[in-house]
Amino acid sequence: MNALDYAILVGAMLGIAGFALWRTRGRRELRTYLRGSGNTRWLTIGLSVMATQASAITFLSTPGQGYESGLGFVQNYFGAPLALIVIAVVFLPIYRRLNVYTAYEYLGRRFDSKTRLVGAALFLVQRGLGAGITIYAPAIVLSTVMGWRLDLTIICSGLVVLAYTVAGGSDAVSLTQKYQIGVIFAGMVTAFFVLLARLPPGLTLTDALTVAGGFHKLEAVDFSLDAGRRYTFWSGMLGGMFLALSYFGTDQSQVQRYLTGASLRESRLGLMFNAVCKIPMQFFILLLGALIFVFYQFEQPPVFFNQTVWRTQVAGADGARLRTIEADFAAARAAERVQLDAWMHARHAGDPAAAASARAATLAAHQRAEAVRTQAQAALSAARPGTTASDADYVFVTFILDHLPHGVIGLLIAVFFAAALSSKSAELNALGSTTTVDFYRHLIRREATDAHYVAASRWFTALWGLVAIAFALFANLVENLIQAVNILGSVFYGVVLGLFLVAFFLRRVGGTAVFWAALAAQALVFILYFSLNISYLWYNFIGCAACMLFAGALQVAFTVTGRSAAPPAAP
Amino acid sequence: MKPPAPDPTPPRGAAPAPPDDAATGLPGLRTWRAVYLFVLGSFVLWVGLLTLLTRWFS
Repeated sequence: MNALDYAILVGAMLGIAGFALWRTRGRRELRTYLRGSGNTRWLTIGLSVMATQASAITFLSTPGQGYESGLGFVQNYFGAPLALIVIAVVFLPIYRRLNVYTAYEYLGRRFDSKTRLVGAALFLVQRGLGAGITIYAPAIVLSTVMGWRLDLTIICSGLVVLAYTVAGGSDAVSLTQKYQIGVIFAGMVTAFFVLLARLPPGLTLTDALTVAGGFHKLEAVDFSLDAGRRYTFWSGMLGGMFLALSYFGTDQSQVQRYLTGASLRESRLGLMFNAVCKIPMQFFILLLGALIFVFYQFEQPPVFFNQTVWRTQVAGADGARLRTIEADFAAARAAERVQLDAWMHARHAGDPAAAASARAATLAAHQRAEAVRTQAQAALSAARPGTTASDADYVFVTFILDHLPHGVIGLLIAVFFAAALSSKSAELNALGSTTTVDFYRHLIRREATDAHYVAASRWFTALWGLVAIAFALFANLVENLIQAVNILGSVFYGVVLGLFLVAFFLRRVGGTAVFWAALAAQALVFILYFSLNISYLWYNFIGCAACMLFAGALQVAFTVTGRSAAPPAAP
Repeated sequence: MKPPAPDPTPPRGAAPAPPDDAATGLPGLRTWRAVYLFVLGSFVLWVGLLTLLTRWFS
């Protein structure tokens, strides 16, 4: 990066943060601080919901996913449109009618105080730890590639987001997200067109898609019923809908975004905007990755995309072996390039038989090159135990730094930071709101002025921000922490969704039944987690189903035995 | 001479104006049912296009 890149990066990030600080200064009312000024239009809500979900890892990792595995990952989002319609029809009108600040307030009105506290506590645990990862994950990639100090990257980005989120509250989050998503769109579209311009002369977009398809990178939809396949239409519809329902419908970081709407209409349209745009957006990012794959079929890629780690090891004791592997890889790729040129030549000559034959030879040569790459990853892991063998997260950022012009590099690095700050600010805002409304105001200070609660909310937001920064700094010292936090989220998410689905759809179930059901379901999830060896994603479903089943059964038992459970207080 | 102020009450027999949230405010999609159908339609369209992409380039 040169001075121009740094000017664009720092200017965009600090400019947006400073503008938000200035525009939202002097918030004194709790309603305005937590839910915004009440005049937010649907486009701002839609962009805000989108920006909250799209973290830096989305833009760092997803092109890498497209590079390695193709477009199939887009199927994970197939359940989102239906889930968002359900939320717009069922969840949203209730939240707005009850005029709640947090989703868990609704649980309190529908059931009782203890159920509200369970829902809020589960959210704080999982989202509080997840907030650290939102800062840590992009910082580790960017600091490795850029040569920045990891701790300073975490602290600087953490303090910027903390400053405007604490000062301006919900309005500052929505305002910054609108401009941050603008930076993200501008950067990704620019990267796309620059990538197309960097493809070899004579190679059309159709040729590029043919090459990507020839390497099975454009297999976007798989209707197979094979449960062993990672991404299929059916798993995307069922699992994706389930995940989207719990994330968009019950996670306060999202609920708070669409409750800022000027009316039910604005909030609904904001959700529908996401229902329409989510799949094309993910497709576009994955396609970018697939086209980067095509680009690297004509350009020599590094044998391992995390070049910082690779170069360090090449300079070390195992350097000779790694250099040999590197030379083998270059030779294998050169052989592949010869076959690829023959394939394109046959295609342009209109000879389908020769093209098919050359394509098969290209794929065989590619397999040989990939075998050398696997060898390199194994050698690296052996030389430096603990090094992750996957370098997919580094594909896009390596392409940016090695092949894009200055100025565009600064814009793309700004994209990663904009995405990190936008999702982080929404998380902090939600954590501060939930702590203030569901715990402090509900349990400790029931009667106080708005100014007091706004001050408390600022302090809690700052506290959560500092916890997240500390967690991100500590994460560097612990192996497999990202996976550990993902598991933690899945272990709790299902029960939270179960609480809400009981509230919406099992009208006869009261607070005591659902409270004990939630605790029992959570205990069951813990027991299964320690005794079964299944994918942790299943615990989302198990927790939700167990909570609903137990709640129904307990309510029947209470009714039969004559023990009263608090009747529902609100729909 | 000032023109008379418009009468805000609808004429007898006319349907009451829908509340603000009942109207979508979108041209061509005036009811929420139409909006949801549009969303589902765009989803089906995308799945169809992605399926075609998969078939064409496999």
